This record gives sequence, structure tokens and C-alpha cells, in this order.
Amino acid sequence: MNIIVCIKQVPDTTDVKINPETNTLVREGIQNIINPFDLYAIEEALRLKEKFGGKVSTISLGPPQSINALKEAVGMGADEAIQLSDRAFAGSDSWATAYTLALAIKKIGEFDIILCGKQAIDGDTGQVGPGIASQLGITQLTYVFKIISLDPEAGAITVERLLEEGREIVEARLPALLTVVKDINQPRRPTLFHIRRASKLLIPTWTAADLPGADSTRLGLTGSPTQVIKIFSPPKREGVLNLITADNVEQSASVLADKIIAEKIL
Amino acid sequence: MPLLDIDKDKCIGCGNCIDACPFGALSLVDGMVVVNDKCTGCGACLLTCPMHALNLSQERPKATGESLSAYSGVWVWVEQFKGKTCGISVEMLGQGRKLANRRNASLTACVLGHQVEHIAKEAISFGADRVLWVDDEILAAYRTTPYAGALIDLVHQYNPEIFLLGASSRGRDLAGSIASLLYTGLTADCTGLDIDSDSGLLLQTRPAFGGNIMATITCPNHRPQMATVRHHVFEMPVDDPRRQGQVIAVKATLRPEQITTQVVDFILEKDEVNLADARVIVAGGHGLGGPDGFQTLHKLADVLGGAVGSSRSAVDAGWISYAHQVGQTGRTVRPDLYIACGISGQIQHLAGMKTSRVIVAINTNPDAPIFTVANYGIVGDLFQVVPALTEQFKKKLHK
Repeated sequence: MNIIVCIKQVPDTTDVKINPETNTLVREGIQNIINPFDLYAIEEALRLKEKFGGKVSTISLGPPQSINALKEAVGMGADEAIQLSDRAFAGSDSWATAYTLALAIKKIGEFDIILCGKQAIDGDTGQVGPGIASQLGITQLTYVFKIISLDPEAGAITVERLLEEGREIVEARLPALLTVVKDINQPRRPTLFHIRRASKLLIPTWTAADLPGADSTRLGLTGSPTQVIKIFSPPKREGVLNLITADNVEQSASVLADKIIAEKIL
Repeated sequence: MPLLDIDKDKCIGCGNCIDACPFGALSLVDGMVVVNDKCTGCGACLLTCPMHALNLSQERPKATGESLSAYSGVWVWVEQFKGKTCGISVEMLGQGRKLANRRNASLTACVLGHQVEHIAKEAISFGADRVLWVDDEILAAYRTTPYAGALIDLVHQYNPEIFLLGASSRGRDLAGSIASLLYTGLTADCTGLDIDSDSGLLLQTRPAFGGNIMATITCPNHRPQMATVRHHVFEMPVDDPRRQGQVIAVKATLRPEQITTQVVDFILEKDEVNLADARVIVAGGHGLGGPDGFQTLHKLADVLGGAVGSSRSAVDAGWISYAHQVGQTGRTVRPDLYIACGISGQIQHLAGMKTSRVIVAINTNPDAPIFTVANYGIVGDLFQVVPALTEQFKKKLHK
């Protein structure tokens, strides 16, 4: 079984601090990490490979340093990695990103399953997965938190999806693209054996010229339908903390309940 | 093409932007900021520049081919679950009505499902001028392919200028597919929508980097301009059952054999798990000390008719299921009232709840970061405060 995992390198937001005066991001000692949701996608791919055999390939679109994310994925046990990096890809919005990844997946060729995290923690859009599935014309299964059964021979998969009202069980035909949520598994740590392999593995970098059929007007900033026209600080929360201090717990609770009721939101 | 324009006449080489760059793409060369190819055009640096020397590159080709003026009208996809309209769709009909008025255009509701004529009528009462109603067994349960297929057919036929969907799981699943196939722009998880008075473009505002910066996004050259919208951002409109509108019945075109998915079961959770729709959320964290602690929160949530949320640490400890998790790796919520009990308020948790209307924090540690976003706070033991608060609400709300 051939599995492709799409991953993204993102800034580690545990390092992010807010400058209280300007209310903007301040980062020191920048660490880039694999998008946390993508770790679950990698883990799920490795588990499927362990069960059914085959190959796990990871791909990532990003600036040159994103190769480190791919090395980490190989360190976890992925067989292959391909980097998509080119000035022509820079500034891609979710449409252009999905278009470029879909072209790369077509070039890789045979696959049964594509796995993505449900969204990236920097952009939070969750659109690239569905975008790739639609570009490739394959089954799309989002917010998967359990693969109930998989039959590669029959080309059938049954998954459980996490939705607002509960959990949906869906049967589907392969090939399929799955986006996964956090609860699906517990990602493994990279192992020394695989880290050594990652350090030796040649990770090719594909540019626009390496993608057959790439329409240059649909790549990068040029090909992105959306345009950021303004960036600003989020409005600060109105008012300041009203700390309730009464003589005893009952009184504090009574004062708090009155204040909440006075907000007229119940 | 560089993604960031640096105005060399304005730059004073202060270096503020260098610290703010999440990607390490900026550096000082000869007292002047330069950008390297690590830049992703995210815009996080823009606000830190005291001289306003930084701008995102706006170079791009103008629209070609078909004229954008051929597109008109605002569309809303009315999401339904088991024959009941989802609240977020009603909120969007309200905002869609306002946008349509600003554009002097009509508001169209797209109602898809099986035996959902009542929803078509409801959409008119909430402000739609016209309903495109696709009723077919194939659409009984939401599935990406038949829903996207039907809506894409309608877009090709009627050419809407703006198309809004809820940022629910289904809405994001559907919008991502449609925008991809139509080759148009889609802005996810908007918390603001407006019309630019000069260009008439839809101004789509959304948070990025866990809500630490806001971005306003347009889609100048592609149509429809698509956006998904977060829950509870816009007011619920008041319904007017006397409102008149046109209902157009449309046939679904896909045949069952063209669809590769089949919904075989749905395991409904209790309402207290549906964090997206909840108006009140009582959430607990590390301070609960164990799974039994959530019982205390359930009692308060019951009295307030709310849902129970959780921080990541309580989920990771196995005290409560992942469906309850609020925060960066869980759900982003925006209830009217969020009561955080024994939650310290890590940045990842705050990212998921800090736009709630009223936030109450109950924590033993007066220095816990949760108090920085709270409107009301009590420093104390949640196992004393929460039961006392539950009793007070019972008494005062006559329950």
C-alpha cells in the first residue's frame, strides 16, 4: 500500500509571546516544527504500513528550511521525502498550495491513501486537504479520528469522523484523502536508527519546472485568488478584570451570579 | 517576486521586525532590514514597524477573461442536520442580508437535503429573497461529492458574487472542495465580513497565528468570493414568517454510483458536547485533579443549559474525551459565557476561547494567565466555588 503524507513546517507557537504594549508577536530563539496535526497523519501512515506493508512518502511545500520537517518525518520512519520549494511557489494561498501539492502527488504516481492533518496551527484554514482531494478527483474524508477498517484489495475503507453533533461512520472507496484530528493516535518519537537514515537520505527538491503540467499562472502569489490587504492587532478585550472578593465563598458566588445575570446573556 | 516590500527610505534599522518574524526571515544589513527567502508573506512583522516601512507585496496580474460584473448576489449555504437548520446558517442569513443590501443585490439561500422544504421556507423568513432548493434522497446525509456537485452546478448557472458557508466541520469540508474546483478564493474562519465602499469587494477578516494577528483578505479577480464564517460572530436575525420569497426547486444531477462515500451510522453525542453551538461553556483543566472533577462542572453546565469544555491537559490525562477540548489543537469556541475552572490559561488554550463574550475565571493561583482575558474572576478552590455558584444560579434563575 502506498501512502503519501502532506506535512507543513510551522513556527512553534509555544515560543510565541505577545508584546503587551504593541500587542504583536514576539519570538525569540525561533523553532520551526512539524505542524502538530501532521504528526498524527505521519503516525497513522506508519501504522498502516506496519499492518499492510508498502511505502510512506512525505511531501512538504515551503521555503528551503522546511526540509528539516521532512527529515524529522523520515526520522519517525517515513520511507521517502520530497520537498517542493521554489520562488515561484512563494506566497501561495490555500488554493495554490493545494494545486501545487496535487501536481506533485500526480508526479509521484501510485497511491492508495493521502493523509493530512486537519489544519495547520499557523493558518488554521483546513482547506488544503479538501483542495488536494478535489484537484485529484478522489474521495475526501475530513476530521477522521479512527480508521475502523481498511481493505486494500477491495479498495474499501471505513472511518469514524468527529463532527459537532457526534461521530459519523463512513464507508468509502479508495483512493482517498483523509485529514486527521488529534485523537486518532499517539505519534511516536523519532528513533536513532531512522534519524541516521534521515541524515543520509537524499531528499529531492522539486521546483515548478519539475511538475509536469504546472500552469505558472496558478502558482505562488500570482496564482493565489486571495490577497491579504491589511494586517492588524486583534481588538483588546473590553474592560478589565473584575476580581470578586467577598467574605466567604457563598457571598462571592452570589455576587458573581448577579453580575453574570446582569450581562443578559443567559 | 518578493513577498515583503521594505521601504528603504523609511527603514531606520531599529530591528523590531526581526524579533517579530516567526520564520527568521529578516536581518539587518548595513543598518537596513533585508528579507530572505524564508519569508512566507504572513505579515506578522508589519505592525511592529514604527515607521510603517513594511508592506506585503501587492503585485499581481489583473483579472482576465470573463468579466467580473457578470456575477451578482449573495449566497448562503443553509446547513441542516437531520432536518434541522444549524444556528450558524441562520446567523449568516442575517449577515448575508446586510451584505446584499450594501451591494444592492439579492440574498439567495441554498438548501440541500431530503424532505427539507420547511427549511427553504424558514430561510425566507430569516431574510432570503430566493431559495435554491435541491431535494433528493442522495442528499439525505451530508456528503462532500453530491453536495459540492450540486452547488457547483448552481454557481455555474447563476453566477453569484459572494458565497458564504459556516465554518463548521461540514462547511469547511464543503467550501474547500467547491473553491478548489471553481478556482476561486476562499477565506476560512472569518470573524468579520464587510463590503469595501470603493471597490465593492468583500472584506474578509480572520484571525491567524492563534488569534495573535488579524488579517483582512480580498478576492479581487475570481468569483464567487467565498468565505467560511465562525459560529456566534454575527447576530441571529429575527424571523418574519410573513416575508415572501421565491423557492426554486432544482434537481440533483449526480447518480448514486458516482459517489464514493456512504454514511452508515451516526453516533449522536449529548448536547453538552456540542461546543460550537453552545451559548454557555463550563470548562475545566488541570485543577480538576481527575475525571471525577468534571461532575462538578456538569452540574453547573446543566443549570445554565451549557456544554462542558476542557483544556488540553485534562484530555491528555484521559479525564474527558477529545471532543470536549478547547484550544489550538481542539475546537475554537465563541460562546456568550465561558467559565474556566482550574484552567491556568496557556496561550494555546486562550487562542481557542479568548473571543468569548464574557469570560469567568476560577483559579487558586491569582497569577494564572487566564485572569488576563477574564471579565470576572474568583481566586479560590473550584470545588468550593463551582458548587456554590451552581446553587446561586439555581436560586436566582428559579431552577
